[in-house]
Amino acid sequence: MDNVVVVKDALGSVGYLADEPAALVSFLAQELGKPVLVEGPAGVGKTELAKALSRASGRSLIRLQCYEGLDEAKALYEWNYRKQLLRIQATAAIEGAPESDPAWEDIFSEDFLLTRPLLEAIASTEPVVLLIDEIDKTDQEFEAMLLEVLSDFQISIPELGVIEARTHPIVVLTSNNTRELTEALKRRCLYLWLDYPAIEREMEIVRLHAPELDERLARRLVEVIHMVRQLDLKKPPSIAESIDWARALLLLGADDIDSAVFERTMSIIVKHRTDIDLVAERIGVQLGGRAPGLEAAQ
Amino acid sequence: MSAEVLPPGLAPRLVRFCDELRREGVSVGTAEILDAFAALQAVPWTDRDDFREALAATIAKSQEDRRVFELLFERYFFRAAEAEALEREIHEDRRYEGDSESFDLDLDQLRDAIRQAIADGRDGEMRDAARLAIAAFGRRGEGSGVVGVDVQRIRRTLGLQVSGHDSDGEGPPLEREQIQAFERHLRRELERALIARTQKMPPSRPLAELDRALPTSPTQDLAAVHRSVAQLKRRLATLGHEQRGRKRAVTVDMRRTMRASLETGGVPLRLRYRPKRPRRPEIYVLCDVSTSVTSASVFFLSVLHALHDSFRKLRSFVFIERISEVTDVFERERDFRRISERISREGGVADVSGYTDYGRVWLEFYEEISEDLDPRSTVIVLGDARTNGREPRAEVFARVAERAGRTFWLNPEPRLYWNYGDSVMAAYEPHCTAAFECWTTKQLENFVNVVAGGTPAVE
Repeated sequence: MDNVVVVKDALGSVGYLADEPAALVSFLAQELGKPVLVEGPAGVGKTELAKALSRASGRSLIRLQCYEGLDEAKALYEWNYRKQLLRIQATAAIEGAPESDPAWEDIFSEDFLLTRPLLEAIASTEPVVLLIDEIDKTDQEFEAMLLEVLSDFQISIPELGVIEARTHPIVVLTSNNTRELTEALKRRCLYLWLDYPAIEREMEIVRLHAPELDERLARRLVEVIHMVRQLDLKKPPSIAESIDWARALLLLGADDIDSAVFERTMSIIVKHRTDIDLVAERIGVQLGGRAPGLEAAQ
Repeated sequence: MSAEVLPPGLAPRLVRFCDELRREGVSVGTAEILDAFAALQAVPWTDRDDFREALAATIAKSQEDRRVFELLFERYFFRAAEAEALEREIHEDRRYEGDSESFDLDLDQLRDAIRQAIADGRDGEMRDAARLAIAAFGRRGEGSGVVGVDVQRIRRTLGLQVSGHDSDGEGPPLEREQIQAFERHLRRELERALIARTQKMPPSRPLAELDRALPTSPTQDLAAVHRSVAQLKRRLATLGHEQRGRKRAVTVDMRRTMRASLETGGVPLRLRYRPKRPRRPEIYVLCDVSTSVTSASVFFLSVLHALHDSFRKLRSFVFIERISEVTDVFERERDFRRISERISREGGVADVSGYTDYGRVWLEFYEEISEDLDPRSTVIVLGDARTNGREPRAEVFARVAERAGRTFWLNPEPRLYWNYGDSVMAAYEPHCTAAFECWTTKQLENFVNVVAGGTPAVE
């Protein structure tokens, strides 16, 4: 992909409408070979960006989902202890006396190695996109380990030696901004902040994924979603939920969002009890009767 | 597009730009500057937006940094242009110069015209509107000299607010981004006027004091308040996890270890530990709500209440001459503005004069909660310790501090001003576990971390 415009179009063709900064950072990631750190509120399309990049560039996606307590063994590699123990016990049983120890070399071979996502990405013969999702859930030790891997793109396994990357993966890290990441990691990466889109862009996204939806209704939908986001909610609606709502409205055959329809379908976009109360109180009242534009269309 | 050679002047200018960023507290390492240059090789630098984004992606690595970056980018590259213009003595045709008296435009008409220009969002019109606004409302020569304050004053005079269900509905609806864009124009025009007037570049004032201070009026950017509260909340939620990382849990859980060892043939290859529970303190907050500190107090209280699930118990009080408990106000109201109103209305804390009387406050406070205080409690006082010449009663405060486990003092004034005039910080400070200055959101965040037990109080 040669320049920013090409990247943007490529992403668009696989269903991801990227804005300028996102396309530019994706392009730079490819050109400079640096990882990308994508931060933003939940549900704005950070993970989707990585998936779209993988589809657009034809690389396969390797995903490492981070969680609190994630350690090297689950991220990098692990020896299959059970298999090794079984092998030892099996060979001991057959041979009888432990004069020779043929099992030893076999035990630490690739058969007994469980490759986890990071090692998979490095050892892969095809270029890949490595997605490290929600890195803010891990702790600092993990970040330090990750830093090592990302700097040199090689992993050293004591028994097997050093495994170097044959291809350069595109690395995307996402974070929900629940904690400050270490300076060293941020320094290593290109930074991208994804936020909730503006009305026009969100309309484009909704219409892309729910094309049969009437334009005026789509606009009303997006406007309502924006009003909901202004409120102080525990969990503001994400873009995926806007799309779900659009599809739901299509299925229900609704042609407007008045308070009745809104009340019935509200739980698609708002997912907490307290939030539902708040939204019903503030927005449900405002919606009232039918929108003027749609009256005329009848 | 293939790499284009950067023009010769660009490299040193970029380095100087990064230097200014460092002075504003954004840590920019040499590696990042190199990345920025590499990025500019790949991206055509002639497009202003692409240029800015490429720089931002390699240099500004968080939202806070990005904000400073944006402000500085505007100012740096704008000042560079202005400096050039000054050197070459290019002056623009300033049609809107003149005293405000010579304007016999109706003020309302002016307001409407400006609102329309903002709503339309075209750069050229907004710039003209900014000049009009400054000529009409900005008091040149009498202005505070601080650009940020003038911008806010003009904005308030024009009555520019984000149109929500609270607005009075006159004129076209305005979005926050539009108002911010207009503020940027106002700022540029004010600076331009200043430069033209003094015929030299004013020293670049550090952004820190102007732009990162706590909100000084309740209506100022409520959304930012909410956002920072939400962020603090998320951070505190994971604070316990960070602590667990720092001091590894000490006790081995035998049962779980043995159970795990079954996987490996009875050999305990992996130890399991007993989880360490984070400490949850009890908090008693006292906030000064006299005119000198009101909004900082309400902001601070909102932050604490948003975080109430990180604390075992939280009771908050406001005071001027007397104290009044406001815990239930926060539990029932969610809107920041309404909270502020209720507190000022029902506070019942001001007596006749409306001036703070710390001595009496301690007496009342001690009487109210001395029985509840125990070593697990934390007492926080937010105030400027200006007791208007009245008795400081430090000994009562000392008694409170003795009974509580920790006592903190947050002063919204910079440390330099402590003990000047009627401030009696010296009387109270020795009894506190620690006293902090608290007039930026970052200091507030740091403090909240300390309170929730994340970082130790003493540096």
